[in-house]
Amino acid sequence: MAANNLRHALFCAVVTLIISIPILGLNLEAEGINIILTGAKTSTYIAIVLAAIAVFVFQAYRDSIMGLLGKLPNLNPLADKEPMEQSKRAKLESWILTGIIVLALFWPFVVSRGSVDLATLVLIYVMLALGLNVVVGLAGLLDLGYVAFYAVGAYTFALLSQYTGISFWMALPIGALLAGLTGMTLGFPVLRLRGDYLAIVTLGFGEIIRILLNNWTTLTGGPNGIGGIPEPTLFGMEFGRRVKEEGNTSFHETFGIAYSGEHKVIFLYLIALVLAVITALIIRRFMRMPVGRAWEALREDEIAARSLGLSRTAVKLSAFTIGAFFAGFAGTVFASKQGFISPESFVFLESAIILAIVVLGGMGSQLGVILAAIAVTILPELAREFSEYRMLIFGAAMVLMMVWRPQGLLPMRRIHITLNKQE
Amino acid sequence: MLEVQNLSMRFGGLLAVDGVSLDVQEREIVSIIGPNGAGKTTVFNCMSGFYKPSGGKILFEGKEVQGTPDYKISRLGMVRTFQHVRLFTKMSVAENLLVAQHRHLNTNMLAGLLGTPNYKKREQKALDRAAYWLERVGLLDLANREAGNLAYGQQRRLEIARCMVTEPKLLMLDEPAAGLNPAETKELNQLIVSLKEDYNVSVVLIEHDMSLVMDISDRINVINQGRPLASGTPEEIRQNDDVIKAYLGEA
Ligand SMILES: Nc1ncnc2c1ncn2[C@@H]1O[C@H](COP(=O)(O)OP(=O)(O)OP(=O)(O)O)[C@@H](O)[C@H]1O
Ligand SMILES: [Mg+2]
Repeated sequence: MAANNLRHALFCAVVTLIISIPILGLNLEAEGINIILTGAKTSTYIAIVLAAIAVFVFQAYRDSIMGLLGKLPNLNPLADKEPMEQSKRAKLESWILTGIIVLALFWPFVVSRGSVDLATLVLIYVMLALGLNVVVGLAGLLDLGYVAFYAVGAYTFALLSQYTGISFWMALPIGALLAGLTGMTLGFPVLRLRGDYLAIVTLGFGEIIRILLNNWTTLTGGPNGIGGIPEPTLFGMEFGRRVKEEGNTSFHETFGIAYSGEHKVIFLYLIALVLAVITALIIRRFMRMPVGRAWEALREDEIAARSLGLSRTAVKLSAFTIGAFFAGFAGTVFASKQGFISPESFVFLESAIILAIVVLGGMGSQLGVILAAIAVTILPELAREFSEYRMLIFGAAMVLMMVWRPQGLLPMRRIHITLNKQE
Repeated sequence: MLEVQNLSMRFGGLLAVDGVSLDVQEREIVSIIGPNGAGKTTVFNCMSGFYKPSGGKILFEGKEVQGTPDYKISRLGMVRTFQHVRLFTKMSVAENLLVAQHRHLNTNMLAGLLGTPNYKKREQKALDRAAYWLERVGLLDLANREAGNLAYGQQRRLEIARCMVTEPKLLMLDEPAAGLNPAETKELNQLIVSLKEDYNVSVVLIEHDMSLVMDISDRINVINQGRPLASGTPEEIRQNDDVIKAYLGEA
């Protein structure tokens, strides 16, 4: 047993060395037109060796260390409190949600333009995560290519505005519907796959869409992307200094106030807020409808669900389609916010971040997902000095999360159902 | 109402079911018994559409249903329970019963999103039906418990209630008494009889508990190693030499 442990630890340490020496210890340097290989500083080598020793020690004493980690929740002051009563918790959650929304309505008027911009991004991630939550959290379908539908929404708006001059408000439903349709089309052949297979195939689809956007230069402009995507208007009022489209008026002239670039940012933020709230409400509603229960039932026990008359394909497809629909929604808002999109915005990392939000927030819980979206988007901004280590922090957070709270920040709670005694 | 003719099911080289026939009339309890591995559950899996039989016919209300997808079978009015209880363990007891009524609620999504009066009426009906059956199996007080946290006997009863809210014509029970104590078995006995008498449901029962089988069955089919061995009333089965040999030979 002990010998086994030691051998395993030694193996891990060697792997650490093998991986890190070429990556960190060797540098490529350009000298004129030649590229030469140079060694790194001695301190780097010392660090690598120290890291290998750390890995060795951790692996050798892994069981006891993990055991200690497992005991840590006892330090949590809430750990031995009784879980809150269902109905009470439901009330508290709706209060918190209402509080967040009210706060969110007013605060853009007091903070800086950059913060509002960032908050808009958070809201876009909230929409995305709420949508993915349907697919992963509720229906239990591991979708690693979710960003594809986000891209469909964004590109739909970008292309339509480029070729037909469509407005944001027209593009919003079209983008969402097209994304939903894509979800349905892609979903149909792959949803009979299970677990890991589904994850890999969806991952592939995500990449296919991105590569398609990258290479179909005549239509999408390839890596150069598409620019000049219009901002939303408010009843035909534009937020730019000058009116771009005929027949429109400008916001600041109509209200007789001085032009300010902030109006536009705040307006976009408010739109994103309203759309995020609508998304949350619709999905909340779905969760209480037969279709929402069917998603969960199929996730819990597919065989039992089928024996009760649930069609596997129809149920999974509905989850996939609805998830894709809201990704398209978010994509349209994103395109409008950026004014410019390129395939670079839709890489796998985005899928991973959205998935991380869902997992951190607690699969199936809306409030949890919202809090996690805020945390995952804002923390890296706050800790800019550490931006290089963003992925590292991310990974560490995920691992700790799985040890401490595998169910996520706020696990899903069941809806309390009142049944009246029948005669 | 149900007629199984010459059913066979082959898994690779193993003929798990070979020429089994069965018929069930309205308001009848028919049992399938046989030693472990005889192929009883496989017969259920064919009937409920999980397997496509290699041969033979299954007629339900005169229509051939072999090979019909599983989810359509239950919509025809044939539902089953499982040898190892299969509940939606993380969902509440009440939700388990609501899931089963999916079909009754299946108005379009828009109606649900908007909460139209028609939708609300159906939803209420589903809740009432769930309450009724929970009361009937003595689980009403536990309606908001997680189904996975129920005691074993309660889970078994919930599984039956979950079938009943779909308003089936034929109920297939796979070893419902397994793991129950004598008192619970007695309750189960009364429940099954009442399903037949009060709710006009036909029951096909797989069970190893002989006293239960002998007590409530109208007819019994014995299968052994996939092949039909005997069929008849409990009295006839009790005295059948082949059956005695098969069972005593086992013991
Ligand atoms: N999917 C399958 N693939 C291969 N063999 C199977 C499969 N299902 C069942 N079998 C085999 O078919 C035979 C009959 O199994 P079945 O489960 O129907 O028996 P049973 O009568 O229900 O037994 P028990 O009383 O133990 O539940 C067994 O030998 C089993 O191993
Ligand atoms: Mg069996």
